[in-house]
Amino acid sequence: MSAQNAAVNMNLKSRSIKRIIVYIVEIVLLITLVLVSLRFGSVNYSLKQIIDALTIGSDFTVRTIILNIRLPRTILAVFVGANLAISGALLQSVLRNPLASPGVIGVTSGASLAAIIIMLVFPELTALVPFVAFLGGMIATFLVFILSWRQGISAVRIVLAGVAINAILGGGTSMLSVLYSDRIQGILMWVNGSLAGKSWNQVEILLPYTVIGLIIAVFETGVANALQLGDDTAKNLGVRVNLARVILSMTAAFLTGISVAVVGLIGFIGLIVPHISRLLVGSDYRFMLPSSAILGANLLVLADMVARTAFSPIELPVGIIMALVGGPFFLYLLRKVRGYGS
Amino acid sequence: MISAKKINIHYDRKQVIYDLCMDINEGEIISIIGPNGSGKSTILKALSRLIKPSNGVAYLNGYDIQKLPTREVAKRLSILSQHNHSPADCTVRDLVSYGRMPYKKWYEFKNKYDDEVVDWAINVTKLTSLADRFISTLSGGERQRAWIAMTLAQKTKVLMLDEPTTYLDISHQLEVMELLYEINRKYRVTIIMVLHDLNQASKYSDRIFVINKGRLVMQGSPHKVITKRMLRDVYNIEAQITIDKTTSKPMFFAISPLKGYEDNIIRIKEAK
Repeated sequence: MSAQNAAVNMNLKSRSIKRIIVYIVEIVLLITLVLVSLRFGSVNYSLKQIIDALTIGSDFTVRTIILNIRLPRTILAVFVGANLAISGALLQSVLRNPLASPGVIGVTSGASLAAIIIMLVFPELTALVPFVAFLGGMIATFLVFILSWRQGISAVRIVLAGVAINAILGGGTSMLSVLYSDRIQGILMWVNGSLAGKSWNQVEILLPYTVIGLIIAVFETGVANALQLGDDTAKNLGVRVNLARVILSMTAAFLTGISVAVVGLIGFIGLIVPHISRLLVGSDYRFMLPSSAILGANLLVLADMVARTAFSPIELPVGIIMALVGGPFFLYLLRKVRGYGS
Repeated sequence: MISAKKINIHYDRKQVIYDLCMDINEGEIISIIGPNGSGKSTILKALSRLIKPSNGVAYLNGYDIQKLPTREVAKRLSILSQHNHSPADCTVRDLVSYGRMPYKKWYEFKNKYDDEVVDWAINVTKLTSLADRFISTLSGGERQRAWIAMTLAQKTKVLMLDEPTTYLDISHQLEVMELLYEINRKYRVTIIMVLHDLNQASKYSDRIFVINKGRLVMQGSPHKVITKRMLRDVYNIEAQITIDKTTSKPMFFAISPLKGYEDNIIRIKEAK
C-alpha cells in the first residue's frame, strides 16, 4: 500500500511539475511567436533589427513598420486569442458541453448581423461597426437567455435557444448579403475575421475591456469548477446556479463581444483551445483558464502570421486559417487522444 | 429540525406530491421508502431546497428554507444526489475540498482550518490512503465514500442522501451504511435518506417514512412500518416478516407478487 502511495504521490508531484513546465513552455512559445511574427511580413527583418526597433531605435522605416504596424497587430492577436479562448472555456463549464463555444450563445451571430447591417445598408456609418457589433452580440445573448429561462436556466435549454437564435440571425445575415451583393466585397474581411490594418487605436479600445474581462474571469474559476460537478452538487455547495450561469455567460459574451467588435468573426479558438489546455494542465479551472488564455494568444498570433505570409502579397482573413487548421485538429483530438470525449 | 408543512409539488401540470407533512428531529436517522416513481427523491429535493414546492413550506431549524440564502443552507444541510459526476482528473482531496466552498467568499482562499476539516472528512471516510488518487480510478464504494466525505467537509448538522447504496455491491453497501451510522452516532449528524433496500432501512433507521403515489402513507419505527400489510398495500407483494436476532429489527422475505400485480402492470402499460 505504501509503495502504491508513494507512486500516487509521485504522480501528484509530477502533476504540479508538469503544470509548471507547461506554463513555461507556453509563455516561451508565445514570446518566440511574437518575435517571429514581428519578423515576417512584406519585408523580413532580422531579430537584431526587431530588438533595436523595440528598444533604442534604429532605422526610421524599420521602426515605423515594426512599432506602428506589426506590433499593434500582434498585440491585438494576443488579446483576441486570449479573450476567445477564455470565453469558450467559461461556456464549456456553464453549458457542461464540450462543444460549447462563443458561437453557441448567439454573441457572434448577433454581432455579425449588426455589423453587416451597418456595413451593407449604412456604409457611411462604418466607423461605428465595433460599437454596434458589440451591442448586437450582447442583445443576441440576452435574447438567448430570456428564451431559455423557465423556472431557472438549464444548460440544454441555452444550447437549444442558441441554435434557434443563431439560425434566425444567420438567415438575416444571408438575406442582406444577397440583397446587397454588390457591396459584399467590403464585408468579406470582417466576416472571416482579420487583423489586417489594425493599429494602436484598436489596441487602446480593446485593452481596458480585456483587462477587466480577464480579471473577472479569474475570480469565476471556483464557480466554474463547481458547475462541472453538476447543478445539484453546485447548489448543495452554496452556488446560486442560475445566477452563476448568467454571470459566467455574460463574462464570456463580453470577452467575445469586444473581440469580435474589433477584428470580426474568428471561430474555433474558443472551441479547441480549452480542450488542448484541459489535456495539458487538467480540468481544474484555476489552472486551465490561464493556460487557455496563453494558448489562445499563441494560436492566434501563429494563425495571423500564416494568414499574412502564406499567399503573400495576398492576405487571407485569419478566420479562414483557423477554420482550415482548427477543424482537422479537432478531429485529430477526437480520434487520437484516448478516452477523450467519453 | 426539519419539517414539511402541507407541501404539494407539481412537475409541469402533473402533481407528484400531495399535502406532505413530516417532522424530523435532530440526531435521527430517517429512511424514506416507497416503490419506484412514488416521489421519494422529489421529497428529498424539496426538503433540501433543490426544488421549490408549488405550495407548502419546508422548514430548516424553524426557517422557511426557500427564504434562506443558498450559501446559508449549504452550511446547515448537505445533500448527495444519486448520480454524481466529477472530472476525470479530480482527486479525492480535490473533491472533498469543494465541501469548504460554502464558507469561502469568492475572493477567499483555503486556510489551515479548511485543510484540517478536509483531512478529518477524509479520515472519517477511511480514504486517507486514497486521498491523492483520481476519483475516476476508485471502486464504486470508495467513490461513494469520497462524495460523502465532501458533504462531511461542509460540516452540516443534516445530511441527506438519495439512494446512497443503489449501484454498489453488497459489501460496499454495508460499508456505506455503517459509515453513515457512525457519522450519525459519533458526530450527531441528522441523516435523511431515500433507500430502496427495506431491510437496510429497517436495520439502520430510527424512523421510516413510507411514500406511495405521492402521499406519505405511514411513518414510525421499523417495527411499526415493516409489516406484511405495508408490503402488501404499498409494494404489492406477499412477504414474511422475521426479527433479526442480532439487531432485533424486523426483516422481510419476499414470497410472491400479489394476485392482481400482473394485471396492474398491464393496466399501467395500457394507460401509457
